[in-house]
Amino acid sequence: MSSPLTYSNNELLAILRDTRTIAMVGASPKWNRPSYFAMKYLQEKGYRVIPVNPGHAGKEILGETVYASLAEIPGKFEMVDIFRNSEAAGPVTDEAIAVAKDKGIKVVWMQLGVINEAAAEKARAAGLTVVMDRCPKIEFGRLNAELSWGGFNSRIITSKRRRVRLS
Amino acid sequence: MSDKKSMGKSREYGFETRMIHAGTQPEPVTGARQTPIFQNTSYVFHDADHAASLFNLQTFGFIYSRLTNPTVAALEERLANLEGGRGGTCCASGHASQILAFFALMEPGDHFIASTRLYGGSITQFGKTFKKFDWQVDFVDVDDPEAVRRALTPKTKAIFVESLANPGGVVSDLEALAAIAREAEIPLIVDNTMATPYLCQPFDWGADLIVHSTTKFLSGNGTSVGGAVIDSGNFDWTASGKFPGLAAPEPAYHGLNFHETFGDMAFTMQAHAVGLRDLGATMAPMHAFQTLLGTETLSLRMERHCANAKQVAEFLEGHPAVAWVSCAALASSPYRALAEKYLPRGAGSVFTLGLKGGYEAGVKMVEGCELFSHLANIGDVRSLILHPASTTHRQLSEEQQAAAGAGPEVVRLSIGLETVEDIIADLELALAATA
Repeated sequence: MSSPLTYSNNELLAILRDTRTIAMVGASPKWNRPSYFAMKYLQEKGYRVIPVNPGHAGKEILGETVYASLAEIPGKFEMVDIFRNSEAAGPVTDEAIAVAKDKGIKVVWMQLGVINEAAAEKARAAGLTVVMDRCPKIEFGRLNAELSWGGFNSRIITSKRRRVRLS
Repeated sequence: MSDKKSMGKSREYGFETRMIHAGTQPEPVTGARQTPIFQNTSYVFHDADHAASLFNLQTFGFIYSRLTNPTVAALEERLANLEGGRGGTCCASGHASQILAFFALMEPGDHFIASTRLYGGSITQFGKTFKKFDWQVDFVDVDDPEAVRRALTPKTKAIFVESLANPGGVVSDLEALAAIAREAEIPLIVDNTMATPYLCQPFDWGADLIVHSTTKFLSGNGTSVGGAVIDSGNFDWTASGKFPGLAAPEPAYHGLNFHETFGDMAFTMQAHAVGLRDLGATMAPMHAFQTLLGTETLSLRMERHCANAKQVAEFLEGHPAVAWVSCAALASSPYRALAEKYLPRGAGSVFTLGLKGGYEAGVKMVEGCELFSHLANIGDVRSLILHPASTTHRQLSEEQQAAAGAGPEVVRLSIGLETVEDIIADLELALAATA
């Protein structure tokens, strides 16, 4: 499970700070699926998460309407979070590139275990930032010291006092 | 790995910096710099939905100190960081850490391979108590990799060794054992208690899980019994289909699959949410605090422990009442090459010697010491002495005692941080009493 991909803490912090709305492709309505965990957590942290899943289009997940495609989402969103396998991440990234300008997409984020170098290359060439093989929930938790509550190695060393935010 | 870099820093911090800082940022609400002791059982929920998210493991946070506690979590993160792992789970003792590790891996009827050279209490736990869970063990001389390979069965779920074996002088060939484990698609579990992460880094050699008795060098002060399991985050629990506890729907969490949901955090999540929840062998916050204090000086203590131990071992090797000394720091040790590879900073401070006068001489020696404490612990700042055959290893058969390096003539020393001349003078006096 170790990953050769490298992202600096500052890079990830900037993405999570500048993002307000996330389109989550492959969001599941089942409460015990990983995507549901991530969606619920990110909502609690103040993000708007819009589920994309053609199999459930028109229904609701966690109070948000499910759309069949990125193009069908009304309004803007800065990030596309891909909860699909590495192969399926290719066409999703193509769609994100196609509607990037229209929707204000800045970041294509592929989940833990999802790596598609060809798609990443295309997205970067189109001016998008790409993160692969990471989970925004886990990274948010790690960078805000919440992951440490579970005994995880955040790899963060600091003697600065963190600002307390209400969650 | 990307995340080794600290926020805003371009370089990775050294061991000494991490042993003081990892896991212990200033407490954000009060600004308290030393880690507060959260002597506290339970945590208030914001509302019913927050409570549900916590119980479903959908968000990070505290519910009840049997599962997680902020002071214990600080120690967990520190140990995970020092070992270079993904996460840590602290628990009530070193023995509890072994139950917790195997509990995640084993089903009734499953099997594992353990070194013959283990702490005597571990041999008893694995060979006797684990049988009640229908967990089967084969003890194998791990100096012979082929013997380990031959002991593998389709039900084998792990290989377990001590990096530096208790009672002493034996170093396990971690790289060779990790290769066998990898071929068999099972994890290598390493007890790193005697070496500590300062002397040995088992994950660098391919180990998958590390267990500790934190009671020993990590706390160093002889105050607090505790244990820890550290997960490297590198093992693929799904690939072989051998680990349903980590990579199949978990009935106690409505079908949640830990590996699928938490990725490289799966083991540590499971060890808290299922292991500690249901086995209940939690570390107390006060013990975590006292152990954290110990880790702040770990490198300094280990350097002195190793230097003192080497001098003492060399003195004993030349003493007429001593038949042999088993210490990997000695040039005469058959494990010298392995020690140089796996323990480059020193071969620890716990080792054994054999007395020419046998069992009787062993008893006389422990009773003849003034400065050494006669007790069943290791890794204290105080020098400690024990006659395993009459104490820690007395539950074992004579063959098991001999295989574990704890025969009737054997005395175990844990060399402390006193003035080394005083340590040697005390042993000289005690050895005179054996004549």
